[in-house]
Amino acid sequence: MKSAHMNSRESSRRHFLQRALAAGGALLLSGCDQLSRSSWFTRMLDSAEKLTFGAQRLLLPRKAMAQEFTAADLSPDFRSNGTSNPVNPLYQALAANRFADYRLQIGGLVAQPRTYSLDDLKALPSRTQITRHDCVEGWSAIGKWKGVPLSRVLEQVQPQPSARYVVFYCADPMDDLGTRYYESIDMEDAWHVQTLLAYELNDQPLPIKNGAPIRMRVERQLGYKMAKYVMQIELVERLDHIAGGKGGYWEDQGYEWYAGI
Amino acid sequence: MPPYDAAAARAQGGGYRRHTWPVRLMHWINVLAFIVLLMSGLQIFNAHPALYWGKSSYNGRPPILQMDAHMDTRGNPVGVTRIFGHEFNTTGVLGLSAGMDGQPTERGFPAWITLPSQQWLAMARRWHFFFAWVLVINGFAYFTYTLASRHLSRDLMPTLADWRSIGQSIKDHLRLRHAQGEAARRYNVLQKLAYLGVIFGLFPLLILMGWAMSPGLDALFPAWVDVVGGRQSARTIHFIVAWTLVAFVFIHVFEVIVSGFWNNLRSMISGRYRIADEKCAHE
Repeated sequence: MKSAHMNSRESSRRHFLQRALAAGGALLLSGCDQLSRSSWFTRMLDSAEKLTFGAQRLLLPRKAMAQEFTAADLSPDFRSNGTSNPVNPLYQALAANRFADYRLQIGGLVAQPRTYSLDDLKALPSRTQITRHDCVEGWSAIGKWKGVPLSRVLEQVQPQPSARYVVFYCADPMDDLGTRYYESIDMEDAWHVQTLLAYELNDQPLPIKNGAPIRMRVERQLGYKMAKYVMQIELVERLDHIAGGKGGYWEDQGYEWYAGI
Repeated sequence: MPPYDAAAARAQGGGYRRHTWPVRLMHWINVLAFIVLLMSGLQIFNAHPALYWGKSSYNGRPPILQMDAHMDTRGNPVGVTRIFGHEFNTTGVLGLSAGMDGQPTERGFPAWITLPSQQWLAMARRWHFFFAWVLVINGFAYFTYTLASRHLSRDLMPTLADWRSIGQSIKDHLRLRHAQGEAARRYNVLQKLAYLGVIFGLFPLLILMGWAMSPGLDALFPAWVDVVGGRQSARTIHFIVAWTLVAFVFIHVFEVIVSGFWNNLRSMISGRYRIADEKCAHE
């Protein structure tokens, strides 16, 4: 019925549309994978991370608290992800002695660099919180954490005004080349009440599979920000001279530095 | 839709401007963003191909949906999808499908529907969050436009007559009978309700459930995520709403095809929509 009205101009337009649709489909299916490997396109995609970070920092009050839960919400077993037992002789020696010889070094842009034993850290005022751990993969688990707020330690070492990031160096090797896990957060998260150097999980000493003797809790971000097996802390002004330069092991593999989303 | 001008329509060969350019532009931006978000979203889902109800994934209850692969008794790999404890063999599509090397690989959704096609969570997140901003900004622009231009009140809100015709409209749709002549100038009541539901219901819910998965935004108001049962429930709702939108797209495209594909498509590209004159329509 309608084709009777068709003129040649319309039919050529139809051909053009058909070709455009086919080309569009092909571009979408095969071209996207090429775009994922081109630097201009991934740089464009990266602009969204800055937008997200800016928007969340604008919306979220500095002291906004991550949700805290009750004992009824606890996950029966707090699953381990990533490293579950670092293949590192130095770490294994510490673990064999139940971390009695563990020394956490804090240095970099601070007035008073210090070293803490596990007992030193436990002697500082502690905080206990039941929070949800959100993995970048999509799952969540709820655990009860006890530890010393990082802010308590920062008060003692006194960051210099130029310090912008806190970097955590870990004991777990991530490949055969000896690349170690590391992470970083900015000063806003570092001073947050819920940011802990955790040494207990569910009222027990932190198990090795969950990051003994010390793991980070950074409750308003995803799990990979919460470094396990923390050995050394450094305050820095820039991140680009450390390892891959992106501020963390997973960041160097292409994940976002700001993991609040 | 601008008011109908019969003289102008005749001059254009029985057509009129159906969609204004902002609506056309925002429609196609939305198409692009939705396709990318769906495919990158399925890639993100593949990083942990299971859905739960509640605040966490590990609460003593099994997942409500889960895809994985295992060996059957004869040692052949099979893909399995479990929904509410019922197990389905979905080899080749869900749980197990061809990887980049063509070999059967354990993965939730198959490579042809995920972005990137290979398993690559970090890159999928970058695509997803960039186009999420595109969707949100485009949606905000649309809301503003549709209110300011009175597109909403004039073209999308059902009238009293519309509500009365709802029974007839259902019958017409089932018989694939479509408005001709003057009546084709306006959206029918089911069309209006579908568009309103998608624009003001499904898309806002989809975006809100996306935000509910963000540990940063979860801290905005204490426990707001518990309104829908918790973060893992929000993730499940996000997934269901995304597929509900896919169902809408299928019905939408079906209706576009059966009610005059080229005429409809042209009206969403150049704006021109041809009204078949009454004589023609009754032939």
